[in-house]
Amino acid sequence: MRGGEPRACRRWRLWPTEGWTANTLLSGLLRLLVYVPLLSFFILFYFYPLTSILSLSFAPQGSISLEPLSRLFGTTRYLQTLWFTIWQAALSTFLTVLLALPGCYVFARYGFPGKSLVRALTTVPFVLPTMVVSLAFTALFGPRSLINLALMQAFGFDQPPLDLQHTIFIIILAHVFYNYTLVLRIVGTYWSNLSPQVEEAARMLGSSRWRALWEVTLPLLAPAIAAAAILVFVFDFTSFGVILVLGGPRFATLEVAIYRQTVHYLNLPLAAALSMIQILFTFALMAVYTRLQSTMSLPVELRSRRAIQRSPRGWREVLLVGGNVALMLILLVTPLVALVERSLTLEGRFSLAFYRALFRNPRGSAFYVPPIAAVRNSVSFALAAVALSVTLGLLAASVLDTGRPARGSASLRGWLRRLLDPIVMLPLGTSAVTLGLGYIVALDEPPLNLRTSPLLVVLAHTLVALPFMVRSVLPALRSIQPQLRQAAAMMGASPWRVRREVDLPIVSRAVLVGAVFAFTVSMGEFGATSLIARPERPTMPVAIYRFLGRPGAVNYGQALAMSTLLMLVCTVGFLVIERFRVGGVGEF
Amino acid sequence: MSRIRMRVRPLMVLALLGLLVLVACGPAATPTEAPTVVETATSPPRTVRVMTHDSFDISEEVLNTFEAEHDARIEILKAGDAGVVLNQAILSKDNPLADVLYGVDNTLLSRALEAGIFVPYQSPLLDQIPDRFELDDQHRALPVDYGDVCLNYEKAWFESEGLEPPSHLEDLTEPDYEGLTVVENPATSSPGLAFMLATIGHFGEDGDYTWLDYWADLRDNDVLVTEGWSEAYYEQFTYGSGGSGDRPVVVSYASSPPVEVHFSEEPFEEAPTAVVVGDGSCFRQIEFVGVLKNAQNLDLAREWIDFMLGETFQEDIPLHMFVFPANQKAALPDVFVEFAVTPDNPVTIDYTAIEANRESWIDAWTETTLR
Repeated sequence: MRGGEPRACRRWRLWPTEGWTANTLLSGLLRLLVYVPLLSFFILFYFYPLTSILSLSFAPQGSISLEPLSRLFGTTRYLQTLWFTIWQAALSTFLTVLLALPGCYVFARYGFPGKSLVRALTTVPFVLPTMVVSLAFTALFGPRSLINLALMQAFGFDQPPLDLQHTIFIIILAHVFYNYTLVLRIVGTYWSNLSPQVEEAARMLGSSRWRALWEVTLPLLAPAIAAAAILVFVFDFTSFGVILVLGGPRFATLEVAIYRQTVHYLNLPLAAALSMIQILFTFALMAVYTRLQSTMSLPVELRSRRAIQRSPRGWREVLLVGGNVALMLILLVTPLVALVERSLTLEGRFSLAFYRALFRNPRGSAFYVPPIAAVRNSVSFALAAVALSVTLGLLAASVLDTGRPARGSASLRGWLRRLLDPIVMLPLGTSAVTLGLGYIVALDEPPLNLRTSPLLVVLAHTLVALPFMVRSVLPALRSIQPQLRQAAAMMGASPWRVRREVDLPIVSRAVLVGAVFAFTVSMGEFGATSLIARPERPTMPVAIYRFLGRPGAVNYGQALAMSTLLMLVCTVGFLVIERFRVGGVGEF
Repeated sequence: MSRIRMRVRPLMVLALLGLLVLVACGPAATPTEAPTVVETATSPPRTVRVMTHDSFDISEEVLNTFEAEHDARIEILKAGDAGVVLNQAILSKDNPLADVLYGVDNTLLSRALEAGIFVPYQSPLLDQIPDRFELDDQHRALPVDYGDVCLNYEKAWFESEGLEPPSHLEDLTEPDYEGLTVVENPATSSPGLAFMLATIGHFGEDGDYTWLDYWADLRDNDVLVTEGWSEAYYEQFTYGSGGSGDRPVVVSYASSPPVEVHFSEEPFEEAPTAVVVGDGSCFRQIEFVGVLKNAQNLDLAREWIDFMLGETFQEDIPLHMFVFPANQKAALPDVFVEFAVTPDNPVTIDYTAIEANRESWIDAWTETTLR
């Protein structure tokens, strides 16, 4: 299966070992030029603010004082925090991947009615604010939830038997709830283009169904599984809202500790030290991953999705598809339904009162958010973030994909590349409160006086969205067999045409997956946005939190109504993005 | 020629082109600091920039009044909760984001004053504000409003259970009240911190029965701790959660019952919830405003502060921020007059002691309550 070392990758070194010509120099320079927008984006909006806040934190008066750091080493508290952060993330990631893989198979191999809608619905949790998810979970698993009341009645318990509140179980359940879609989309999309013939060949040679899956299909899927898993892990590793709100006061991740030290005690040296630990851990993890990934990824036999997918036949397949769709609906959609149901209920009866209330501003508040305006603000931020992250993401993916990395190559480009891959991921592993304060400290002079600009919101969203784009596109780009490109070139296609007709159709699905996540990240993002001083331009999550900050049945109802609206807008957004076709290229 | 073409990767070029378009359109599509162009060139409107927390709210009409009277523009910058906003102001004090900072309360006041972010301003309106609200005698932070953090309970729940509602902090440790109370974590929540301070003020740090003994008893009586107010009120409180929570007593504000009445779909004869106002069972939060050092427009900043302390603004406060105006001349809205109660003897703790002991108190609380 392994194609020969692609010739292309040897050609792309900056300093070729033979044939120094003006042309090679020029093309080398051109290729370095591609790094300019990427690197300047990361330097200006990530490294510069980050180093500003870290150096200010460690040395406020220009000299480093270690006294505030004594707390870090004096007790085992932060070691325990780090350990908890790691194991809960690892366990959450393992369970998420385990639960989602059968779903990926079903989505890759079978077509069935309502598939796009189910896929869109599985992504809705990703945008929901933690407080809203917490409301839904309490409605489902709380002491007076339907499940508990039914169990109490059926078995005559005095106390509610199911008490998940403030336990590790609900943290992990929430992490699976949020991240299932990441695995489903990234692995599912990759799998859907994987030719089933290899697996069939293995089975014909006498392998059992399981052995073929274990020894043939899973290794082929490894790059996509690893890409999805690393995203899920970093997400859970930096978990904040889920830990605080659902986990309750007994649990703390590094991110929670950083927030507390920064916001509540203004102990910046300690917060900065914890931030550094978090970032370095992410970087080390990514470095290992980058190395693994380059040995894992191999060009694979690809087939059009149309040729692979079919309707389930026979009761086994129907059961397989039905079972997985049922799991998705129970795990991911029931909490959403609970929210919608509550937003439509007043005094035990069906009512649209809360939705009507969204359109009223009875006290003439200057900060009233008309729902249309909230939708407009959210969607425009999201579209801007999608545009920016698709552009930067494609740039990043195209420089990171070089077939096989030139091992031992000490060229400048090889070095840049090995550095860039982990760097793209770093913003996900960086505390939002640290970076938010970094913006305040760093971007305060013209021409970069962006502290109060809405542009800063888009830039922050893009930083977080970019990893999704790169992790989604890279496995697809690396899976293309060099022979395909060579064959096209041999038959006279120009490099442009090879890109357009070979690469683009294969990658376009992955780009759309990345775009869906960029859209989602931006629509649901609250943490970083809320930490940026901004003139009034409230998004839907901001409006939801505003309602939830006050007592009163109408405020509560409006928060749920706005959440329902957010789910609706996102579902429509996902369906629209999925229908989008890059430059009229046929679907692969 | 052809060799160069071979090596330039079309995907990159596409992406580069896209980036150029973005760079070109970006600033145009999102004007960053648009200085309202419509005004006449002769008198550019002055702008006062006010930095505040996310809960800030006021009528459009009140803001318009100021803008019309002073031929000025107000720019409100919101940046998270009060703690985050204060930290931003401290970190940017040499080149401040705004002219005025509103929303520092007495639990954060010491940090703000020590960092030296405010310049003194003795507003003439301070005459109308009682001295007990004026904590900073150098007039760097001026009191705007106050509110009391108190226990709330659902009236109907206690009626149907035939149980006497709590009237003092001590009641909550009685066996009858086991598993009835939900409080917020003082490490993460502003009302949670305020309630912890109430217990410190009421029981004291020394003696036979200290505030930590009280919390140990509360813990043994199955108190539930949540991270924030929303979770406590909307998920665990029987009334606020619409029945899915099972805690009829919650830490909230003295103004919560009138707000419940105000934000209900059906008119109430009486508030569905009530406040425990017993001696020393509430903590008073006072919110301050101040002119930031290095403000660009000092005169206008002072005019804005006078406006905030004046009756027009002060009378608009209760129904937008659900706290009480500091200016005693300001009339209260009907719903507050009818349904709001004022606690008998709210706890106050010296604001410098709060900042100095915050971390050790919270650590001790965590050790006792969450162990």
